[in-house]
Amino acid sequence: MDIVLQQLVNGLTLGSVYGLIAIGYTMVYGIIGMINFAHGDVYMVSSYITAIAIALISALLTFLGFESFLVVIIGTLFLTIVVTGAYGWVIERVAYRPLRNSSRLAVLISAIGMSLILQNYVQLSQGANQQGVPTMLTGALRFHVGDGFVQITYMKVFILIAAFAGMGILTYVIQKTKLGRMCRATQQDRKMASILGIDTDKIISTVFVIGATMAALAGVLITLDYGAFDFYIGFIIGIKAFTAAVLGGIGSLPGAMLGGLILGLSEALFAGLISSDYKDVFSFSLLVLILIIRPSGLLGKPEVEKV
Amino acid sequence: MSQENVLAVENLVMHFGGIKALNDVTFNIKRGSVSALIGPNGAGKTTVFNCLTGFYKATGGKIILSAGGKETSIIKVLGEPFQMTDFFSPVAFFSRLKYKMFGGSHLVNRAGLSRTFQNIRLFKEMSVVENLLVAQHMRVNRSLIAGILNTKGYRKSEEEALERAFYWLGVVDLVGSANRLAGELSYGQQRRLEIARAMCTNPEIVCLDEPAAGLNPSETEALTKMIRVLRDQHNTTVLLIEHDMGMVMDISDYIVVLDHGEVIAKGGPDEIKNNPKVIAAYLGAEEDEEVTL
Repeated sequence: MDIVLQQLVNGLTLGSVYGLIAIGYTMVYGIIGMINFAHGDVYMVSSYITAIAIALISALLTFLGFESFLVVIIGTLFLTIVVTGAYGWVIERVAYRPLRNSSRLAVLISAIGMSLILQNYVQLSQGANQQGVPTMLTGALRFHVGDGFVQITYMKVFILIAAFAGMGILTYVIQKTKLGRMCRATQQDRKMASILGIDTDKIISTVFVIGATMAALAGVLITLDYGAFDFYIGFIIGIKAFTAAVLGGIGSLPGAMLGGLILGLSEALFAGLISSDYKDVFSFSLLVLILIIRPSGLLGKPEVEKV
Repeated sequence: MSQENVLAVENLVMHFGGIKALNDVTFNIKRGSVSALIGPNGAGKTTVFNCLTGFYKATGGKIILSAGGKETSIIKVLGEPFQMTDFFSPVAFFSRLKYKMFGGSHLVNRAGLSRTFQNIRLFKEMSVVENLLVAQHMRVNRSLIAGILNTKGYRKSEEEALERAFYWLGVVDLVGSANRLAGELSYGQQRRLEIARAMCTNPEIVCLDEPAAGLNPSETEALTKMIRVLRDQHNTTVLLIEHDMGMVMDISDYIVVLDHGEVIAKGGPDEIKNNPKVIAAYLGAEEDEEVTL
């Protein structure tokens, strides 16, 4: 019993992070119909920026002569989100916008190229070795369940709160604000949106920036929790988040969040109860199963071919 | 260019590869008029509309829109290629560079021209009222932070936008369906919503592409009334493409007839009705045969 509960908590935190990254895939797919293969590497870049930001802010605080965990975390979040957002903007501007009117395949190749560039650039500038940040938030909540106990570290609590807050704010922005309406209009009919006076190029840039900021939030949270990262982490987590986006129905925002949670939970439960070696096999089998039953994903709308 | 013309099209040329879709099309649209663009199928009417709204980049010619107190060259704001002379004149160079980088069809709408489509292009998965709110984005308080924090100024401008949306819903008789999805509406309702959405961008000239297509006679009559309301109460110039000759002759002040990408006649309804070239184009008759429209 306790192990099930423990794995539920672990799965929820992992899943919320998958969901955050999946948002970037799903929004970009929704608006220009391409899979942004460089998105996982944007997440990787944000891990490095997190480490740099922590070092910078800690040094600054030491220089000023006081110590505060909260200032470091908030400053790191802010700095990482802004800088990673700028990365997202530049990537769209350099790699995708010049190919806006060419075939989808060209953009796809450009995305793979961008992914390789980011990996190699980080490897060259930061070294190929694994890097790390110190653990900053220690301690845990413990609940006794039957004979055993469930332990939730403060860090996991923080991840859950921050990830769900990020998703909540984004949902509000997309559903309720003017920018969200413009994004949805551009997603449904880009040409028509432009005829109504919406600068669609700017909206597409904004979507890339939103995707990058969500990946940055995930990057900060995971880096603070695990501590270690290298230039290659973007690949596997990118594949996982992409799976989550497809699972939930690519193009659908709530679908990405739901897909992330389902993937995280199923992975954690399988690892805890049956075998941790085969957890990836299980989660990808789940994807296959869901796609057989619902080819457009859980919340995706089936595409009706117009005759 | 006089202020009395809201739109001046001069020697407009549009080529698709070797096909000359438009050849030297020239006409002026008077401010506050209802004008119609007619012609047989394939004459190039919709191509003219697509050039006007920036859907296509015209191959040659000039389109000048004089709205909001200034003149806008529609071909220029879409971003033209550089010319040799630009390299001697920095002003011309930077203006072209600016439009090349930031230009696009959204600027045409911001200059005061909006349109509807022959095959309706609503945002089908948004509600009826949201379709109208999207069209007003230039007027709503712009800051995202204000939107997230839901500030007083933001709420006020949102309320004004809602009010305007409901005003237009009233005009097109759709208030009861405000919260339904646009895709659920009937065909006639969708057409009316599209007109309302075009009007929400506050245009000086609105281009309607076959607004009466697929409507029954009573709906067509309601549409005719509505177009008159647009002209008389909102000082909007209306340019429409239409095949329903009864309606065209009924509401138009001015008619331009296209055939094979060329203007074959311009003038008032009576003039056009009796023009032998027009009759020949429509019915394929010899010019000396007696035919009446």
